[in-house]
Amino acid sequence: MNKDILVCGVGGQGTVLASKLIASAAMNLGNTVHSAETIGMAQRGGSVTSHIRIGEQAYSPMIPHGSADVLLAFEPAEAVRNLAYLKQDGIVIVNSVPVKPVTESLHDTGYDGSDMLTYLQKKCQCIMVDAQKLCADFGSTRYFNVAILGVAIGAGRLGLDAETVLNEIEARVPAKFAETNKAAFLAGVKIGETTLP
Amino acid sequence: MKKEYVMGNGAIALGALAAGINLVSGYPGTPSSEIIETISKYKQGTIHVEWSVNEKAAMEVAASASYSGARTLVTMKQVGLNVASDPLMSLAYVGVKGGMVIVSADDPGPISSQTEQDTRMFASFCRIPVFDPSSPEEAFTMIQDAFDYSEKYHTPVLFRPTTRVCHAYASVEISETTSPRQYEGFIKDSGKWVIFPRLSFANHAMIEKRNPQIGKDFSTYAGNTVEGSGNKAVFTGGISYAYAKEYLKDYPDVKLCKISTPYPFPEDFALKCLEGVDEVLCFEELSPFLESELLKLAGTHNLPIRIYGKITGHITTSGENSADYAAQVLHTFLGHSAPHSGMDSSDAPTLPMRPPVLCAGCPHRASFYAVKKAMEGQKSYFCGDIGCYTLGNAMPLDMVDTCLCMGAGITMAQGFHWTDPESACFAFVGDSTFFASGMTGVVNAIYNEADMVLCVLDNSTTAMTGHQPHPGTGRNMMGHIVEKISIEKILEGMGVCKIVTVDPLDFAKSVHAVKECASQKGVKAIIFKSPCIAISKPDKQMQISDKCIQCKKCIREIGCPALITVDGKVAIDPGLCTGCGLCSQICPVNAIGGDTHE
Ligand code: SF4
Ligand code: SF4
Repeated sequence: MNKDILVCGVGGQGTVLASKLIASAAMNLGNTVHSAETIGMAQRGGSVTSHIRIGEQAYSPMIPHGSADVLLAFEPAEAVRNLAYLKQDGIVIVNSVPVKPVTESLHDTGYDGSDMLTYLQKKCQCIMVDAQKLCADFGSTRYFNVAILGVAIGAGRLGLDAETVLNEIEARVPAKFAETNKAAFLAGVKIGETTLP
Repeated sequence: MKKEYVMGNGAIALGALAAGINLVSGYPGTPSSEIIETISKYKQGTIHVEWSVNEKAAMEVAASASYSGARTLVTMKQVGLNVASDPLMSLAYVGVKGGMVIVSADDPGPISSQTEQDTRMFASFCRIPVFDPSSPEEAFTMIQDAFDYSEKYHTPVLFRPTTRVCHAYASVEISETTSPRQYEGFIKDSGKWVIFPRLSFANHAMIEKRNPQIGKDFSTYAGNTVEGSGNKAVFTGGISYAYAKEYLKDYPDVKLCKISTPYPFPEDFALKCLEGVDEVLCFEELSPFLESELLKLAGTHNLPIRIYGKITGHITTSGENSADYAAQVLHTFLGHSAPHSGMDSSDAPTLPMRPPVLCAGCPHRASFYAVKKAMEGQKSYFCGDIGCYTLGNAMPLDMVDTCLCMGAGITMAQGFHWTDPESACFAFVGDSTFFASGMTGVVNAIYNEADMVLCVLDNSTTAMTGHQPHPGTGRNMMGHIVEKISIEKILEGMGVCKIVTVDPLDFAKSVHAVKECASQKGVKAIIFKSPCIAISKPDKQMQISDKCIQCKKCIREIGCPALITVDGKVAIDPGLCTGCGLCSQICPVNAIGGDTHE
């Protein structure tokens, strides 16, 4: 399998867990995997990305522009910021809930994500998920990273099956959160299976 | 054997363990910090692991261990090598016995550094070999080779990954068990281990004779490779090789030459690569190192070859390369049609900026704000330093006038005093930075009678690089609980005339302390003591009551990211607020309250 997957969002949204789950699930299926993550100062409320490259033919640790099969975006503006990485026929799976910049209260830009979503719909194949709604049943929005991952799996875009990812969640998430994570993930899978871009 | 999916830094660590290291020392610095952390996690048997007080100390600890025959690893970021350059320059003359490899991680971009310096240049300046890995997998095997070469030629060896190699993840295969080397112990021989002008003279001659031999040896090194054929060649190395390969994987009609050992330059290997070649593009980051070597080679051998790169303006002189940049320059060089590029999003709506800021509840914000308020209306200089607190420069705090290098704030405050004696000169330094390179600056101020206020922002950790312990934390990398070294006592011992320790989250007391110190002559110190909230993770929150008059003073003054506006009204984001209470002490109508800081 050859696949380039870009996970992007804002520091603190759980992009790292999502990318770890994808990478280890792909490895368990016998694939060669490389990945690269934003580390350091940029993490604090800044834009973060994880590049996951599945397959033998990946040399650059970061995905070249125009090669990502899937853009898993945890935030609308972050999806747009990374759009150059997307393949012409690639797909964006995006959480429609915006994260205002931490400096927004100082310099009001009126950012609310809606322009970004309209733009995405105009530009590319796109599945939008309101992660807040999706996670309402689980008592906290902190599970939305696995929920969005579930949507991508359900939509059949990552080349990974739900079962393998569930096993990874089991293995990587602390026991007391594992059940809720799995439930949120499956809720996402269901949406992915039934939503057309 | 087992497979581990690790970061490049992890691969370097596992490679060093496989090489049987006995000792590792270093100082934290992005992108190198995870090497030592990984070693301490995976080590088996007796290996001494330490975060040294700074890079110079790390280099010297490792040097003598290596004199004893032990295999040693030293880690730092590229600017750390500047700090360690004093021992390294001399060590290059003296040489080593046990293999000694110095990892100096370069940071093209720069992404989290002050400079875009090139460790390959440092190697050629020191006259010692350097290895340049292109991927985590290669770093794993190459660092083991580096130890062998170090022992073979009795020289310290540099190893320079760059950020994108350090932070890339890949699988490496490691054996279940590793064990440190047996070593002979130190054998006294003052003619060998004591550097004197005569020894330096003799060894300098020896080194200049030896290096071309190492270059010959490197010409058959497995890490130096050539792929493809044709009359055009691309010379590259490190991560730039990966970018070039990404583009050239579909084009076998060009020679792709990877130089993994840039110094001493493998001339024979390069000459062979150049056979039948008319044009060369040097694709590298930072300095035009390969390009200069090839130009020399072409000159001394009268080769009719055109060599392009940074010197000729074909490659950008600053910043990092990428797969996209490789495609862009390579297609031009090879006369290909333009490569397929990504989706054009130039017509996108304006993207929100997300600059790095101090965390919500960060005690540094309170410290800066106290000094700012206390000094309002008085001419003051605020000298910053390297650490999270450099972010105190951002609006609305705007409290960092200068930042140069580790520890410089303390000495620079003195320079401002001597050029403007009537104003108040402040230096802000973190606890880890204070130990690393702040202490001598304080002695300098006292001895030379400067007037200044030292503000130690003591959050009990090395926060920016990922929370490493340091001499003030009472923990070390061997997992031992040790006596905390007290910054107060150090300053007292030096003779600082006034030392006040305050909790920065107590605004009134902090302002008072600053005013008191600023009005007095001599060297004064305020230790703002409060733990880093990323570690202490307080589970507290503040709320805004309906007393709020919407003046927005809280937002305007301190810029805490937890202070937000919802539908135009001031609110506190419960997910971010740590209940530090700073805002509640600023609000003119006491509208903010709740679970306050004690
Ligand atoms: S108490 Fe105020 S200043 Fe402190 S973290 Fe909460 S909102 Fe920010
Ligand atoms: S400073 Fe007090 S009154 Fe003014 S906006 Fe903030 S909470 Fe409201």
